[in-house]
Amino acid sequence: MEFLINLVLLLFLSAVTIAIIGVRNLFAVVVLSGTYSFIMATLLIAMDAVDVGMTEAAVGAGVSTVLLLSALHLTKTDEAPAKHSNVLPMALALLTGASLVYGTWDLPRYGAEETPMNDYVGDIYLERSIPDTTVPNVVTSVLASYRGYDTLGETTVIFTAGIGVLMLLRGRRRKDGEGEDQKS
Amino acid sequence: MTQHLILRVVSKLLIPFLFLFALYVQFHGDFGPGGGFQAGVIVAAAFVLYGLIFGLKAVQRVVPPAALEIAVPLGVLIYAGVGVVNWFLGGNFLEYGTIDSHDPAHGNHLGILLVEAGVLCTVASTMLLIFYTFAGRGR
Repeated sequence: MEFLINLVLLLFLSAVTIAIIGVRNLFAVVVLSGTYSFIMATLLIAMDAVDVGMTEAAVGAGVSTVLLLSALHLTKTDEAPAKHSNVLPMALALLTGASLVYGTWDLPRYGAEETPMNDYVGDIYLERSIPDTTVPNVVTSVLASYRGYDTLGETTVIFTAGIGVLMLLRGRRRKDGEGEDQKS
Repeated sequence: MTQHLILRVVSKLLIPFLFLFALYVQFHGDFGPGGGFQAGVIVAAAFVLYGLIFGLKAVQRVVPPAALEIAVPLGVLIYAGVGVVNWFLGGNFLEYGTIDSHDPAHGNHLGILLVEAGVLCTVASTMLLIFYTFAGRGR
């Protein structure tokens, strides 16, 4: 049953991807990328990664679709025809894809027992989470307690990203304003 | 957007439940899936929905950009501040148990709650601020 669900979802995912490549209308591409995120979120929930699924649905399908739409508001709705030949980019994309697929051959089978992550620290976290932290949800105890430094770093990364976007988008507008002041 | 009656009514009905769900995800993170990051993006998505339907000005009346600019660093400050408080209480950086000297387990829960609140603060306000800057550029 799970295999069937995954198969259908992955087929949907590839269909949406092919559609994104083919469609020239950028509005349709934005809607399709939102669909892609929703399918990806469902797939993540089918893999029992509910946290990641929630984030993907809210960020990937929700907020970033809105951001793409507001970016689209500033440009034309149709993709400009390519000026150069598409052969080199296509070869590069195929090469990257092939090397990624080659990389997955070395990954352990999904859910396999005898992997470094399930043999070594995973068991320790599962055994000691409640005695150490009294938090029943091991994901939270790992994120906030055992790996508290990492999460602090992550929060700082988000903070830095926000500041960076603000400086890029807002700094230019202020400069424009100054230019106008000098003219007048 | 004054004419989309159905969208307005449905989103008005939905938004309170979005916030409720975000709070559930935030405060139930100890027991179920979720936590500060997930709750933060849900809060941001709820505000973005409000902004989409009722306009940028309406949502900026609810959450002014100046408040967000304070909230973005405030979250990191709360997180790192918990660690510094742990130092002063005689523990290691981010050793939450020291917050409550009588009951380390309670201190642990409290510490995780505070830290997650910091994450929520930074994540939600960063996403919303990026939305404001993007949406404000077209006009």
